[in-house]
Amino acid sequence: MSTVPNGGEFIGSTVIPTVHLTPRTSEPERVQFRPPLHQQLALPGAIIGGLAFGLLLGPVLGLIGTGWVPITSFFWMLATYAVLTRLTEDIQAVKDRFSGVMIASAGVVVVAALVLVVLFVLIKAAKILGSIHFSFLTTDMGLTGPLSPLSEGGVKHAIVGTLEQIGIALAISVPLGIASALFLNEIGGRYARLVRTVVEAMTALPSVVAGLFIYASVILLFTKQFNGFAASLAITVLMLPIMIRSADVVLRLVPGNLREAGLALGAGQWSTVRRVVLPTVRSGLTTAIILGTAHGIGETAPVLLTSGVTNNLNFNPFNGPQISMPLAALEFIKSPQPDMRTRGYATAALLLLLVLVLFVIARLIGGQQAGILTNGQLRRRAVRSVRDLARIESNHALIKAQLEERRRFHNPNEGAP
Amino acid sequence: MTTSTYLPDYPVSGFDDAEPRVITVSHAPVDQAFRHVTRLAGSFVLLIMVLVGTFLAVKATRAVKSVGIWEFLTTQEWSPETNHFGIAALLFGTVVVALIALVVALPLSLGGALFITEISSGFAKSVLTAAIDLMAAVPSVVYGLFGLVYLQKHMVPFAHWLSTYFGWIPIFKVNGADPKNPLPNDALYTSSSLIGGVIVSMMIIPIMTSMMRESFSRAPSGEREGAYALGATRWGMIRTVVLPFGRGGIIGGTMLGLGRALGETIAVYLILSPIFDINFHVLQNGGNTVAMTIALRYGEANDFTMSALMAAGLSLFLMTMAINFTASAIIARSRSGAESEA
Repeated sequence: MSTVPNGGEFIGSTVIPTVHLTPRTSEPERVQFRPPLHQQLALPGAIIGGLAFGLLLGPVLGLIGTGWVPITSFFWMLATYAVLTRLTEDIQAVKDRFSGVMIASAGVVVVAALVLVVLFVLIKAAKILGSIHFSFLTTDMGLTGPLSPLSEGGVKHAIVGTLEQIGIALAISVPLGIASALFLNEIGGRYARLVRTVVEAMTALPSVVAGLFIYASVILLFTKQFNGFAASLAITVLMLPIMIRSADVVLRLVPGNLREAGLALGAGQWSTVRRVVLPTVRSGLTTAIILGTAHGIGETAPVLLTSGVTNNLNFNPFNGPQISMPLAALEFIKSPQPDMRTRGYATAALLLLLVLVLFVIARLIGGQQAGILTNGQLRRRAVRSVRDLARIESNHALIKAQLEERRRFHNPNEGAP
Repeated sequence: MTTSTYLPDYPVSGFDDAEPRVITVSHAPVDQAFRHVTRLAGSFVLLIMVLVGTFLAVKATRAVKSVGIWEFLTTQEWSPETNHFGIAALLFGTVVVALIALVVALPLSLGGALFITEISSGFAKSVLTAAIDLMAAVPSVVYGLFGLVYLQKHMVPFAHWLSTYFGWIPIFKVNGADPKNPLPNDALYTSSSLIGGVIVSMMIIPIMTSMMRESFSRAPSGEREGAYALGATRWGMIRTVVLPFGRGGIIGGTMLGLGRALGETIAVYLILSPIFDINFHVLQNGGNTVAMTIALRYGEANDFTMSALMAAGLSLFLMTMAINFTASAIIARSRSGAESEA
């Protein structure tokens, strides 16, 4: 390495230019563009103004009903905000702010609707928590008449039915769904594209049509009576496309180079799928299964058409009617008796809690991306790695010894004094 | 060191008729088994769909034959006992409820999807996405309960207001309502297609939103930045880049939502009071859908009435499938390259 006249350096025949600048001792302060104060305050101001206007017209002056207060406030807020923006900005900015507020309101309304539904059902159920006892979970309705007090009767029969039906449905749809998703992704081709189109159309198969189908095929042809197994088949028909679709989406995210690495190491297609693809998407697949379960648990119409309504506990899904939780909730709500309706709220809340729990579990598992591991997984992998190291080292020693031996066999004179 | 390259002077006579070699792929037995098993699983799904159509069609023929196809499509009444039934009122009611649901759900889900992709970020984004997914998983009986106990009560004043001031528009007219009566008869409004449609809209918002969100988030960031660089505001960027790019997703998501709305059973069943007439007064009590009629009438069924219900189910099945295949064709065309290796 030698210096050249114009201040560069040689490496071989390449001249690397050097820069003759003294390093900065302190960063100059950056210029930050922030909207001016009047713009920042326009939206809060408009919100306060809108609320004040609505409250003034409604509760204070009594000009409009309570139901109109939020609507009036919203429109007054929109108008105020538009005028405030127009004072200092051009019309494009007004359009921008206006659309921003509209989009954000749509988002808020959607979330508010969800929160309203969930809270409404949970609060209804919480109010009656005092009048409902733990026995609600451990008794059935077999000996409970329409006028019996709330302390009698429960939904044990529905819980048993739901668990058995969803269990059978999962036992069929999980292997079938994952195998189909693997077919769509790993094998592909024109036929797979056809299957994918059909699966996407099937996700919107009306649930009552699935019930009718099972009624016409399984019940009329084979069992001749309502039973839990037929209900679980109907749930399977509805869960299968959901499961295939979400598994398909997850499998699509497996990086192609992982698959190619497996194939390049000499693994066949099946070993690549088993050792590389499936372990990579394990969390995603679990999420897909749990979400499918959450959808399947809530299906009401197909169960209504296939498993029948009963008040008695029935452990055998192959014989006789077997009710499930959403169906029980529906039957309770349809009844004119207030106590029965109360049982309906409780059952619906129980169902909703079950779905919420499943959903949270699915989120916790599926929150991580493929290939990014949690601390526990990292720790387990480190442990495995240490174990592998010991094995590799012992193998290494073994191979070294064998090589030594072979070398000595071929040149017996080497190493001899 | 100099090297020189020789250009081969192809085509040499006798060489250019060379055939490409045939590449044969041979799979190990276990791989062959894997391919066959998964292909079988995929075929099974196709089989189910074919079976659904076949079974419904076979069971439906008896009822349809006995009244004739034209009668079946145009009769409003539903009384298989007297051999006088048809799906005109049912189909009309189904479409009305689904359209109301779409009118409510489309702006909300469009705004919701834009909010998730364009405005929110970080924590809010993941919370919103999770909320939308959760909304899809809430059982329909819970929505029905909510509609029956909460929404009915709170929608009636709105329906009353609408019929009082906009009653001159035919669809908002309510027969038997007196606008001058200070104490409105609530019972006229409680079980209308409007309330049923609003409940169904809550059930289709999540599927529409997630479909649109997916297509919006795929709008290329280069074009977004290009729009900003040309001086566009955020709304200008959304209008000129995101919305045109996501048009396939918007149309496809809307049609998927429509398909779901057509088949919704339990929530509508709890709210609407069934009538078998074409009722286009959406604020007035009474309406009907195919799915709801099936759920209501299956219990009293003998062979023939069941066959009539199967015919109704078949018409619903055909309608939703037509809409969904159109939707997936639109979506598939708009995201060409989704099948390519990531």
